[in-house]
Amino acid sequence: MRKAELYVSLVLALFSVYLMFKSAELPIGWLPGEGPGGGAFPFWLSLVMFVSSALIFIRALFGASAESRSTEKFMDSESKRLFMLVLLSLTALIGGIHVVGFYISIPLFMVFYIRFLGNHTWQISLSIGIVSPLLIFSLFEKVLIKLLPKGFTEPLFYVFFS
Amino acid sequence: METFWHLMDGFVTSFELINLFMIVLGVVAGLFVGAMPGLGSVNGVAILLPITFIVPPTSAIIFLGALYYGAMYGGAISSIMLGIPGASTAVATTFDGRPMALKGQADTALIAAATASFFGGTVSIILFTLFAPPLADFALSFGPPEEFALMLMAFATFVGLGGDSILKTLFCISFGLVLSAVGLDILSGEPRLVFGNPSYLAGLITGDKYYLAEFTIGFMRKISFLVLAIGIYGIGEMLWTIETTKGGITFSQANVTLRGIIRTIGALRKNIPMMTFGSLLGFFVGILPAAGATPGSLMAYGMAKSFSRNPQAFGTGIVDGVVAPESANNAASTGSMLPMLTLGIPGSPTTAILLGGMIAWGLTPGPTLFSEVETQEFVWGLIASLYVANTAALVFNLAFIPIFVMVLKMPFTILAPVIFLLCVVGGYVPNLNMHDVWLMLIFGLGGYILRKLAYPMAPIVLAIVLGPLAEESLRQSLSISQGEIWIFFMMEKPLPDQFFTEPRIALLFVIMSVALFSFPLVKMVLNARKQRQS
Amino acid sequence: MNWNFIKSRMLMRMAILAVCAVFLGASYAAAQWQPRKPVEFVVMAGKGGGAGKLSRLFQAIIQKNNFSNQPFTPVYKSGGSGAEALVYMRQKRRDSHTILLTLNSFFTTPLRQKNLGIDIETFSPIARMALDTFILWVNTDTTIMNLNDWVAAVKAKGKSWNMAGTGKFQEDQLLTNILEATFDLKMTYTPYKGGGTVAKNLAGNHTNSTVNNPAEQDSWHKAGKTRPLVAFTPERLGMYPDVPTFKELGYDGMTYYMQRSIIGPPQMPQEAVDYYIGVFRKVHESAQWIAHAKKKSLFRDFITGQELKSYFLSERDKHRVLLAKINK
Repeated sequence: MRKAELYVSLVLALFSVYLMFKSAELPIGWLPGEGPGGGAFPFWLSLVMFVSSALIFIRALFGASAESRSTEKFMDSESKRLFMLVLLSLTALIGGIHVVGFYISIPLFMVFYIRFLGNHTWQISLSIGIVSPLLIFSLFEKVLIKLLPKGFTEPLFYVFFS
Repeated sequence: METFWHLMDGFVTSFELINLFMIVLGVVAGLFVGAMPGLGSVNGVAILLPITFIVPPTSAIIFLGALYYGAMYGGAISSIMLGIPGASTAVATTFDGRPMALKGQADTALIAAATASFFGGTVSIILFTLFAPPLADFALSFGPPEEFALMLMAFATFVGLGGDSILKTLFCISFGLVLSAVGLDILSGEPRLVFGNPSYLAGLITGDKYYLAEFTIGFMRKISFLVLAIGIYGIGEMLWTIETTKGGITFSQANVTLRGIIRTIGALRKNIPMMTFGSLLGFFVGILPAAGATPGSLMAYGMAKSFSRNPQAFGTGIVDGVVAPESANNAASTGSMLPMLTLGIPGSPTTAILLGGMIAWGLTPGPTLFSEVETQEFVWGLIASLYVANTAALVFNLAFIPIFVMVLKMPFTILAPVIFLLCVVGGYVPNLNMHDVWLMLIFGLGGYILRKLAYPMAPIVLAIVLGPLAEESLRQSLSISQGEIWIFFMMEKPLPDQFFTEPRIALLFVIMSVALFSFPLVKMVLNARKQRQS
Repeated sequence: MNWNFIKSRMLMRMAILAVCAVFLGASYAAAQWQPRKPVEFVVMAGKGGGAGKLSRLFQAIIQKNNFSNQPFTPVYKSGGSGAEALVYMRQKRRDSHTILLTLNSFFTTPLRQKNLGIDIETFSPIARMALDTFILWVNTDTTIMNLNDWVAAVKAKGKSWNMAGTGKFQEDQLLTNILEATFDLKMTYTPYKGGGTVAKNLAGNHTNSTVNNPAEQDSWHKAGKTRPLVAFTPERLGMYPDVPTFKELGYDGMTYYMQRSIIGPPQMPQEAVDYYIGVFRKVHESAQWIAHAKKKSLFRDFITGQELKSYFLSERDKHRVLLAKINK
């Protein structure tokens, strides 16, 4: 936990500095007769972010915060494995939407998660994997008329709209 | 009297078939969301908000209001039956509810929790009805200076009264505010913080690399509060729950019968003073900007204990220890809607998301909701629906306790992917943009890591909703006064020989904000002095 | 083995769909072109504003009267004053199922943000539906009753006279600029997010005057909070017969409209353009639209094709001049 506290506050402090530079593309000072410029609000708040994350870092160095004294692991190996699996499957799900669209990506994700992460039976996994895209299609595309991306499968769906 | 007629009109709206259906649906969804460990009202509202675009805004807000209520009831179920709070708002309910269940009084605890929730809900909704119209009338005269001063007060409350590390709270508020500044700056008409230089844009688009272009242009649109809320409260929360519920859980058994319900409710007469106390405290904590139901219920429990004649009994499984937090969290959830609807300032993370939703529906939260004919149906329909939802939640809660206990046994490995799926669709649908979905994933992961290190999440969500309002009102005020700050204190520019002119209402808010901001400082000084003495 | 099961099932489903699609495609090709899936009706502004409301009105009229075999579904892309919508439309080159509802930021945004590389000439014009009108407003607490009073009041207060409007470098500021130039005035312009907020702030006396659309100020006007002074139109508005126009007061150049027109992406197939022109011509003639335009003081002015294109180009030139003045 201590290491994580130190690293995270350091990363946040660096990120704040980046945000300060980005904000400074617009005037950050007080424009006469107008008040603060366009970059002022994000710039000064990024500075607050920087100062507070730097202080968090310093306090952690001296062990002044509860998290920095904790000897508990930030994530044990079991959590780490689970975390990475969930993360990768979610990334694959979202990335897949760009290419093969919602209606192929979703069933694959559901089946993978329920069958391999959840260790449920194929029957359960497949039935949820098939029912969920059908529900989403009828709810969003038919009732709400919010079209979801379909990637290269787009022309296959014309038939459902006529 | 006018209030009464408006309320009657509201009841007419809430009894329309679709709205009645929404109430029932919302209450049941809320009970479910509240009962599931890891999901609370805030998660339910964040994840389901995009789906409510299916119905008109009035029905949508009625659904979400009912869900908010239902979740307050449902949270108690898992607190009592599993000893795991179903939602953060029900943490205090575990203190005495779980011991009661272990003593074999689970049914009494469940019925007492439901009844106290009903009591708290009823008291606060009546207070709400009485307070809202005059407060809205008063707020109608607010201009940019008052709006800014109010925002300042909301953030000051977080810093001053927040229980978390002040540095981390400060960081999260600022971060949320900076996120809210991404996109086109309304006052200067220039894009800010759009990652990826816009001048590369043209080249990127003309090629086929338009996903990259979408990335930059996506930031031009501003970061949607929903993307952040779904990321943090959907994806992040799921990751968190997956990790914390790895171990086994022990169930308690409850046998709820009609006779038992009647007997228990009859016996609750002697707890009425405690319920009244919890309701009033909850309501006023809920009104405070940025407080909401979780601190409300914890404070009610703490204060009930310290004022009690035998504080030692608390924690051993007594009814008073269940009814105090349960009446308070329902009262606070209603209370937190008061500033949201009348001033446009949310009283809790859940109402912050509701507020963002109202903006997305094309409504302007704040006093004009009560004064314009088109929006009166919306606002009074919602208020009347809260009365109906409160009753419906009581009935459904008591009738379906066995079903909810069964629901608690649903494997998380099925619920989690379903929630993830809802998050992905919910992130896409409001703006029909994949950019938002990626951003949501990043916020989910970042939120999970920050949360593990005790960075509070509510201030980020609150800040991204309030940020644009805060900045615009600040700069509009200064534009009106041509860059001079007298506008936050007085009505007219003072003449050279004057020190002060007619004071503004904003002055009061500014003073209160300063007091709240200095509160942690005072506390630190006092603590240091105490340490030196001892 | 189990994976094969999924794959074969998927393939079969796809095959069936593909056959259906080909079959249907063939039967359509013979008839007049029609959309084959819901039409994305992009709006270059937010959901709550005038354009957003208009898009939903068109959607409802088209659906109710069956003007199209497919629903029109509004998509709001307001990012960067509509830059998001314009870039999106350019990506949709040759697409037949995406159209855009434009407003005056169609001219100003590409001029302001040159690095977007948007040339509005490349888009396919479909139809101009309406011209929205502007009026100069003040609060009823003031004693300002006409244009002369207003000019005198602004002259007296100078820079501390506050004008509220929607956005920076947009219609309201252009109008403020025209007023300043014509009457030799100096005032402070404060941008707000939407016309509704601007109207509320005038009613609450937090600003001195505005150039709202009639629809935005109507409820405050009825409540006796705000007063219309002069209209930026060539003729008086039906809703406000007592409000004079700048033209009749002798200021000929001061006519300004907010245009509401529909365009398609670059290189939209001609058959699709013709189809949408047909749909919107029917909308133009529908009773609901006529009634709405009357109620909101909109001019229904329907033009298409080459005429619309040259209108776009002349408006762009006009806005280029106006914007150049602000930047000075």
